[in-house]
Amino acid sequence: MVEPLLRVSNVSKIYPGGIEALRGANLIIEGGEFVCLIGASGCGKSTLLRMIAGFEQVTEGDVVVRGKAVTGPSPDRGMVFQDYGLFPWLTVRGNIAFGPAERGKKKADVARIAERFIAMMGLERFADVYPHQLSGGMKQRVAIARVLANDARLALMDEPFGALDAMTRERLQDELLAIWRATELSVVFVTHSLEEAIFLADRVVVMSPGPGRIVAEERIVLERPRDVSSPEFNAIRRRLAALLHADHVKEAA
Amino acid sequence: MATDSLSHEAVRLRREADQRAGVIGLARGTLSLGASRLDLFRVAGEVFANRRLRACLVPLLLLVLWWLGTRGNPDGLIPPPAAVGVALWDLAFGGINDDAFSQMLLTDLIASASRVYGAFLLAAAIALPLGMLIGRLRIVRELLEPSLQLLRPVPVTAWLPLSMIIFGLGPRSAFFLVALGAFYPILVNTVFAVRSVEPRLFEAAQMLGVSPARLFPKVVLPASLPGMFTGLRVGLGFAWVVIVVGEMTGVQTGLGAMIMDARQLSRTEIVIAGMAVIGLAGFLSDLAIQMLGRRLLAWSPLHG
Repeated sequence: MVEPLLRVSNVSKIYPGGIEALRGANLIIEGGEFVCLIGASGCGKSTLLRMIAGFEQVTEGDVVVRGKAVTGPSPDRGMVFQDYGLFPWLTVRGNIAFGPAERGKKKADVARIAERFIAMMGLERFADVYPHQLSGGMKQRVAIARVLANDARLALMDEPFGALDAMTRERLQDELLAIWRATELSVVFVTHSLEEAIFLADRVVVMSPGPGRIVAEERIVLERPRDVSSPEFNAIRRRLAALLHADHVKEAA
Repeated sequence: MATDSLSHEAVRLRREADQRAGVIGLARGTLSLGASRLDLFRVAGEVFANRRLRACLVPLLLLVLWWLGTRGNPDGLIPPPAAVGVALWDLAFGGINDDAFSQMLLTDLIASASRVYGAFLLAAAIALPLGMLIGRLRIVRELLEPSLQLLRPVPVTAWLPLSMIIFGLGPRSAFFLVALGAFYPILVNTVFAVRSVEPRLFEAAQMLGVSPARLFPKVVLPASLPGMFTGLRVGLGFAWVVIVVGEMTGVQTGLGAMIMDARQLSRTEIVIAGMAVIGLAGFLSDLAIQMLGRRLLAWSPLHG
């Protein structure tokens, strides 16, 4: 059996104090896949992502990346945070070069890598600017660039466009898809927007709270670029919305 | 941008001033008087619109009040501004009183400034590393913080007698007291800065490959520089504040020693002149450290 890029088997998370954030999650992600996790708050989607990143320990089960159990954060799993997490004391170039430099690459190589990803994200004009001078969209481009510059195989994105205005969000979605297609990157993308999930993903994983768990998976077979107003798109949206809201209906009944 | 809005402000103020002046002029029915008032208001408007000139308004007002309060009372306990001005001139250049204070200003200023900066550097050399240790290592925090917090409320003045016993009369005591004054602001701000590094930055560094041992130099240190710098700035200010107390320890030179000597001789104009020089020196010293901060911490929205 060939190991997938990421295998999550029977993973549960119980926080001290007994709060059950996630129960029995199973998920397999192959190289080059784009998977969105969606669900209401408290469904454990961020917890799952943070356990894949290695920021939190699993209470039960295994998270395995390329055959190796995850025990902590590692550069092969780059994270993009909703609040950016850029280093304010470094310029855009410095932030992008941070990972390669920290991993001991030669100075000339670090500079070359930084330039390449500055160009890829269209950040040339902002290369020597500090993060506090950038707009939210620009900051998130830097955050994506630094993960790519660090040779991440798997990009973990925690509602990365949640704090951006609608126009910027749509542009960044297009840019992310273009980069994803041009590289061998796999993406696990947490969102609470169904439209965003269906627009981006190869596969949408629907999660539900109380306790957090995976309730369904849907492969999205629509051709890209996807038209969010097409009947096919809306049919999927309706189906997934029904799954997402199944809990409320049960509670109401 | 800034100059634009300033000049807009000036125009607006001038227009308002013109209107007021016009109204007064008409009300009195004397157009010539109105015109001269118009000029006065115009000047006032311009002064008010200029940031630097605006900063001088309150000191000038205080000076006028001081002058009014001491006018026509040459034998009062508080000397008029002019007497202080004369004293200042004599302290700086001599040639008026030719007494023990004449021409001593530069010597005293250099003595005090070297104590302030020397003690400040000593305080920083201890408080910065200690603050980082207390902030990052729980064992050090639990060991030292209660004692340090217990000693913190004790004012520098209260340390004076003990300091003179331990360090003797003279410059070593002065040095200790000034360093003590600068120590706590630097320590407290460093502990706070080091402890309040955004947790997100640790996660970001770790997922980019920073090992736990390297988190300190790669994240904690740069992230807490603005806070430490604030501590240094406040500490340097305090060093100037406590220099007079520090120089009550029987040192021969220094602005504090000068003030104490003048006080004993009831030369209040020299006391006030000394106060003015300390105020000015502390103010310039703060400007300098702020400029340094803006250069070194251009990335920080607080300093840049």
